[in-house]
This record gives sequence, C-alpha cells and structure tokens, in this order.
Amino acid sequence: MIVLNGEPREHGAGVAVVELLRGLGLPEQGRGVAVAIDGEVVPRASWGTHAIPDGARVEVLTAMQGG
Amino acid sequence: MASTHTEADLLSIAGRELRSRLLLGTGGFPSLELLAAAIAASGTELVTVALRRVDPGARGSLIDTIDAAGVELLPNTAGCFTARDAVLTAKLAREAFQTDWVKLEVIGDEDTLLPDAPELLKAAEQLVDDGFVVLPYTTDDPVLARRLADIGCAAVMPLGAPIGSGMGIRNPYNIALIREAVSVPVVLDAGIGTASDATLAMELGCDAVMVASAVSRAQDPVAMAAAMRAAVQAGLLARGAGRIARKTYATPSTPMAGIAELS
Repeated sequence: MIVLNGEPREHGAGVAVVELLRGLGLPEQGRGVAVAIDGEVVPRASWGTHAIPDGARVEVLTAMQGG
Repeated sequence: MASTHTEADLLSIAGRELRSRLLLGTGGFPSLELLAAAIAASGTELVTVALRRVDPGARGSLIDTIDAAGVELLPNTAGCFTARDAVLTAKLAREAFQTDWVKLEVIGDEDTLLPDAPELLKAAEQLVDDGFVVLPYTTDDPVLARRLADIGCAAVMPLGAPIGSGMGIRNPYNIALIREAVSVPVVLDAGIGTASDATLAMELGCDAVMVASAVSRAQDPVAMAAAMRAAVQAGLLARGAGRIARKTYATPSTPMAGIAELS
C-alpha cells in the first residue's frame, strides 16, 4: 500500500517511480513533473531505479496556475 | 538603480536580460486561452507557476501554453508556511522545470498572506547556498529587503499591499527606501489593482512590476494586460525624465512679462 497524493492505493509499493508515472498516464521523461517520497525529492535520474517502499507517502506534482 | 539597468535599458536579473519589466502570474485566469492572450498582450517574458498535485482530469497543459507563448517560467513556492516546505518545493520545482530560479514565498498568516520574515530569511539562505536564483516575496520593510539582498538573493520582491487585495502601494516611502537600500533589482509584487499602481511602482524606482490578480481577475484580462504593459513603460519613462518638485503654491507656466494693461 502507498499513499499517492493523499489517497491510499493498494498497489504501487515495490515498483519503480517511472512505472507509477506511466500508470498515471504521465510522460516518462515528464517535463513539468516532480516526485517526492516521504518528504524527499526523488531526482529524475533515479526514477527508473527508485522502488517505492511499502507505506510510502508519494507526491506527484506538476505546474498549476499560480501567482 | 543604474546598476540594474543595462545600457540598452534592459532589466538584468542574475545575468538574464529582460526587455519587459512586467512579470505575470498565471493564477486566476479562467482559461489557458485567456492566459495565452494576456501573456501576448502584456509583453512579459517571465511568468510564474505553482507546483501542485497532478490532476488527472486537468484539461490542457499549462506548460505547453507557456512554451507556445515563448516565455520563461518562474516557479513559486506559494502555499508554503515554513522554510522547510518552501525549500523542498523549490527543489521539486527545479526537478520539474529544470530551472534554478524560484520566486520564494513563505507565508506567515492565512488571512493576510503576509510573508513570515524569519522563515523567509532561513529559506532564502538555504536556497542561495544550494545554487538557486532566489527572488523572495517580502514585506515592504527596507531592513528585511537589505538582509535578503545581503545573503545573495538575485532580486527582492516587496509587496505593495496583500496578495490579491488590489489596494495598490500602501507605503510608497518604504518602496523608495528599499530601492535605495539594495543594489539588486526591486520587483514590486502584490497589491497592484490597476495600471496607475504599476506606474507608481516604476516612478518610485522599482525595476519591474509583478501582476497576477489585477490582470487575471479584471473584467477584460487581455485589455488590462495591455494596460499594465503601457503603465510600466510610462512609469519607467517618467522616472528617467525626473518629475518636478511638489509645491504648495502655483508657479505660472506662462511668463507675466509683456502682459497687456487692459484696465
């Protein structure tokens, strides 16, 4: 189980970040996308290898309109 | 002032030269089409964006709109209430947008959205140390502005009035003092309600003006974007021209010499 953007999800633990993004329909090279796991930035370079731990709080962020 | 203006009268922030002295926030526009039209009308070269959770149902891409407009994107840390959150948000923005630039906001109060000075300084220091080009949203306090400049911020962005208030520049004396207090560019941020506020900011010596709600929530955002563009240019010209002194009594603009005796 993981918590993705505040919502609990059964699946996602153990998979690489890039797999999760693919599942969300986000471009893998994802310009404009950033990922944090448990309050730490996951650098783009390690998206392919960084496995999401069980119980992780995952934040997937992108550009939104703002002042 | 002169140190932040190049010979061709470009605005230079951290080595990047900008022809436009208007920064535009992307918040509050009812559609991306209207945002694109306002960007074009404003002449801006730098627009701010926020970082938020992805919305699978979102229609259209803000990034694509900004890219198509041919302008640079400046991520902000809007919504952060602590230095820690602001620093993490800046780092996430750097990952997302491949830019070291950040408009640093650390808010201390939910009702006024006024900056939290100690947290702002702490965050600015950490981000400067980490190689960021930091543009902090700050109060109209000249001492705080100087502290931010001293720790290496690339510009300071003092408020004219609370964000979205449209109250204009409540303390023009402090804005002028900030201009004297720092050698980095001063970008008036927040509080602008209409074009004359932007002109006043430039007349007070600001190097640029940032507007968001004043344009995006105007009845005709595209027309207001054009107005802001002209207003900033007018203020810059007037500042350079040097205004006359204020006096209590009249000084005739027509000479009395040679006047006819008619009675």
